[in-house]
Amino acid sequence: MSEDKRIDEPTGTDFVGHEWDGIEELNTPLPRWWLWTFYLTVIWSLVYVVLYPAWPLISGATAGTLGWTSRGQLESEMQAAQQQRAPILAALAQTPLEDLPANRQLMATAIEGGKAAFKVHCVQCHGSGADGIRPGSGYPNLNDDDWLWGGSMSEIQYTLEHGIRSPDHEDTRFSQMPAFGEILSASEIDAVTSHTLNLAGEGPANATGAQLYEQNCTICHGTTGQGDRSQGAPNLTDAIWLFGGSRDDIRTTIVNSRQGVMPRWNDKLDPVTIKMLTAYVWSLGGGEQSARPDATQAATDGGSSDAGSE
Amino acid sequence: MGDPNNISPAGEGRFSHKKLERNVSLLGFFALIAVAIGGIVEIAPLFWIKSTVEKVDGMRPYTPLELAGRNIYMREGCYTCHSQMIRPFRDEVERYGHYSLAAESMYDHPFQWGSKRTGPDLARVGGRYSDEWHVQHLVDPQSVVPESIMPPYAFLAERDLKAGDMKNDLTALSRVGVPYTKEAIAAANDDLQAQADPSIDGSEVAARYPKAQIRDFDGNPNRLTEMDALVAYLQMLGTLVDVDKAQPQQVAASADSAKGDK
Repeated sequence: MSEDKRIDEPTGTDFVGHEWDGIEELNTPLPRWWLWTFYLTVIWSLVYVVLYPAWPLISGATAGTLGWTSRGQLESEMQAAQQQRAPILAALAQTPLEDLPANRQLMATAIEGGKAAFKVHCVQCHGSGADGIRPGSGYPNLNDDDWLWGGSMSEIQYTLEHGIRSPDHEDTRFSQMPAFGEILSASEIDAVTSHTLNLAGEGPANATGAQLYEQNCTICHGTTGQGDRSQGAPNLTDAIWLFGGSRDDIRTTIVNSRQGVMPRWNDKLDPVTIKMLTAYVWSLGGGEQSARPDATQAATDGGSSDAGSE
Repeated sequence: MGDPNNISPAGEGRFSHKKLERNVSLLGFFALIAVAIGGIVEIAPLFWIKSTVEKVDGMRPYTPLELAGRNIYMREGCYTCHSQMIRPFRDEVERYGHYSLAAESMYDHPFQWGSKRTGPDLARVGGRYSDEWHVQHLVDPQSVVPESIMPPYAFLAERDLKAGDMKNDLTALSRVGVPYTKEAIAAANDDLQAQADPSIDGSEVAARYPKAQIRDFDGNPNRLTEMDALVAYLQMLGTLVDVDKAQPQQVAASADSAKGDK
């Protein structure tokens, strides 16, 4: 295609050679700034290929002179963060759980750390205020001093580590209330419901209910309804209801038996994080000094958990 | 003239860009070559470089129930809001756990990495919440997470799981390289039932699929619902591989000699 080189007078550029109805296309050169940017990116690509992993070979890619990997970068970032926290984490790891509250500064640090971890891992069930989202949700309120399985540091830690009815985990806290819908008649369940409300001071006494309670419920919930923490049997006298405190709610709980599940965390979180979570939960208001062997409940045996509390 | 970007005729007899532009077949041919180079360099090495999929213990094909749940996950488009890919960044690792390994999605067809997180990443959601929480959350997300904008999926609990013939699913997957045994394929429909029905002996499922969680998932042992399948799938996510034992990739990739210790 040899065309004579014609130059467009006004612009000084030549023509491409296309023509449509007398309109011709100019071969305008690219702007200089664009061209130089392009050349710079070409040069940078060569530098990049030398510095960073680039060319695939037989068994791996060229590593690059910087030796950079995304996972290596993460590793060093994690290590830097770890190092920053190392003194505190080491102190936390060394301090026995029961001594932690005495060390006020360390305890305050642990609570802050626990608070942060709580927001990531626990709020989905226990709510951002650790209040169990709302009364009767089935997720315990951690702000009160009503505990299903115990409110001392060591008991809270055990619950965090092993969970409650955590599936396929041997050491988890476990208890099971029978579904009384299959054991008692409808009228009997009504009577027990009345008695349960009465125990909490929320209804009139019911003699039939009291008798049925005596026969079926005392083994776990105790003669006076005070519960038994050794088997997670809720205290029925405090009018704090895990699955709701209306007559219908309590009746449903007795008929079906309702059991919450808390997953274990010792396979997901490290011991120091669990310790910090323990400190945080303990500090929320209901923390107890030590695992108190409840003389009144020590003799009971069996299994239960129902309309209750935390 | 003489401008370096002027790619038009450099000479009559030699290669001319104009020739290329005016011959569709020639243009197509050279365009194919140009694109193929890029493709080959980027994609082909993944098939032979050993560090692409690191060796890990514990990965197994999905159980039929998990697979049915996974099908529901795809049907409902969960991937449009939830990713299943924890990237190796500090903020992600501290929130979701160990970064995802390629081996963890090696039986995914198609993978569910996703590209958008309106909701949180789900790559390691298994075992973090109770079954009951999942059911409650799927039925009414705001009942447990008030600030959530997830739509409710309450119908899952009401619909019987009609997974179809799971043998077909397993056969299709085995054809693309998922190692289902003949027995596993033959027993697919029984395994589907056995995993979520406490009245059926689930020991065969457990033997065939290590770490399979066998229980009623949706809180209603009398029915096998779509909720059962989806919760079974969610509770499995991220629980199969012991990630701390998996060899970090940079060790595998940086030195060939360092290989072989695992």
